[in-house]
Amino acid sequence: MTNLEHIGAYFNMLGQVFKKPQKWKVFWELLFREIDDLGLKSLGIVTFIAFFVGGVIAIQTALNVDSPFIPKYLIGFATKRSMILEFAPTFMSVILAGKVGSYITSSIGTMRVTEQIDALEIMGINSLNYLVLPKVIAVLLFYPILVILAMFLGIFGGWVAGILTDLFFTEDYIMGIQLEFNPYFVKYAIIKTLVFAFVIVTVASYHGHNVRGGALEVGRASTKAVVWTSVVIILLNYFLTQMLLG
Amino acid sequence: MLEIKNLHKSFGDAHILKGISATFEKGETSLVIGQSGSGKTVFLKCMLGLHTPEEGIIDFDGRIFNGLKENEKRQIRKEIGMVFQGSALYDSMTVEENVMFPLKMFTNKIKQEMLERVNFVLNRVNLHNTNHMYPSELSGGMKKRVAIARAIVMNPKYLFCDEPNSGLDPQTAIVIDNLIREITQEYNITTVINSHDMNSVMEIGDKIVFLKDGLKAWEGTKNDIFKTENEAIVDFVYSSNLYKKVREALLKGQ
Ligand SMILES: Nc1ncnc2c1ncn2[C@@H]1O[C@H](COP(=O)(O)OP(=O)(O)OP(=O)(O)O)[C@@H](O)[C@H]1O
Ligand SMILES: [Mg+2]
Repeated sequence: MTNLEHIGAYFNMLGQVFKKPQKWKVFWELLFREIDDLGLKSLGIVTFIAFFVGGVIAIQTALNVDSPFIPKYLIGFATKRSMILEFAPTFMSVILAGKVGSYITSSIGTMRVTEQIDALEIMGINSLNYLVLPKVIAVLLFYPILVILAMFLGIFGGWVAGILTDLFFTEDYIMGIQLEFNPYFVKYAIIKTLVFAFVIVTVASYHGHNVRGGALEVGRASTKAVVWTSVVIILLNYFLTQMLLG
Repeated sequence: MLEIKNLHKSFGDAHILKGISATFEKGETSLVIGQSGSGKTVFLKCMLGLHTPEEGIIDFDGRIFNGLKENEKRQIRKEIGMVFQGSALYDSMTVEENVMFPLKMFTNKIKQEMLERVNFVLNRVNLHNTNHMYPSELSGGMKKRVAIARAIVMNPKYLFCDEPNSGLDPQTAIVIDNLIREITQEYNITTVINSHDMNSVMEIGDKIVFLKDGLKAWEGTKNDIFKTENEAIVDFVYSSNLYKKVREALLKGQ
């Protein structure tokens, strides 16, 4: 298939995904399971990365602003800005594309090559709606929470870095993070997160659902899904930034 | 009754099915046989709409399946049970959940009723105390039984089995074959089985359709198969030394 055909097939798939669930009771069950699998199970990695990235931004800024003319509160301010605007929504999404995206592609791909998807279809179940819709809803609900958590943890990580390195004072840092708080930036970050979350789940599902062959192809599809998801996220990030902030 | 007329299916340049017609009757176990790669699985999947044939008619008791929209197809599929070549049990579910799944999706039964039905069919395929095991914990034969239980839990009108006894020892294979035949007769199901196993043919072949080179090369009952002069099927049946000897003995005896 050419790339253009893939894009067509992808949108075709979305048409199958966004239909009323065949059985609401089963849908709710699946939704809670996906929130656990795709959301709660990513808490660890998000916490870990956000904390340290926040620390690194704070240290980097501190080391680069040793001129007496630049106020020290800039460190807190820069950490807050970068966490909210880019690191929390975009960086986390790329990380989650790797973790969650490959998980989705390989689990759906395995179901494909072991005929479990055919088994669903034979029973009269819309396999895309059944498998993908709960995942999409789960991440749309949960990833904004993850990203807001990442913002807080990053800023917190920056503060901890200051204490540990003695590069700046707590009062300056606190002053910096309180400076010029713009709620629109948080909204902007959440909009980006929702778009990226949607891309992660649907692109990964598309690759999984279209696997043909065996275990080897499932592995290949996972890799491909992660690459494509990351590329799409980075490109969309560019356009969204221009659209929402430009 | 399931009626297939002039079915064609290609993958790219490979013309796999070149115009196959066959009818499968209620209450009978019909066997589709042929060499590995002769297109049995493709034939079965075409009948179920998992592959889209280029040409031909698939008629489920007067309903032309391949002309239907996807959601109309789903309606007919609820009357179909299918046992896949590799069982295709849902890995993430226990035996009980696997078998209960169609009930959960398509009925409004309460948990207790569903459980009764599940236990009834699991009992029917002679599986006991496996309810809470996962597919990865079962042997091949047990998986096949769970797959059969799942296929019949909704009381299907049509049952399709893709090599239900491949990979099983001859004794277990016969048990599975007979199980399918009993269920077929008991519930008056239209059953189509893919096989390349002569034991199955002799055991349960109410009707046999032989595929070769993308065409139906022969059709008959298990009693006809030893008498036929059709070269293709004679080659297929007597490819094993055991059956060659049986045939020689038969010919000498006459
Ligand atoms: N999805 C597909 N794409 C391309 N070719 C296919 C596809 N599925 C099957 N074929 C080809 O169709 C032919 C028939 O395959 P099929 O699986 O129906 O054989 P079979 O009779 O079921 O064999 P076996 O007894 O080994 O299961 C093979 O040559 C195979 O390569
Ligand atoms: Mg086959």
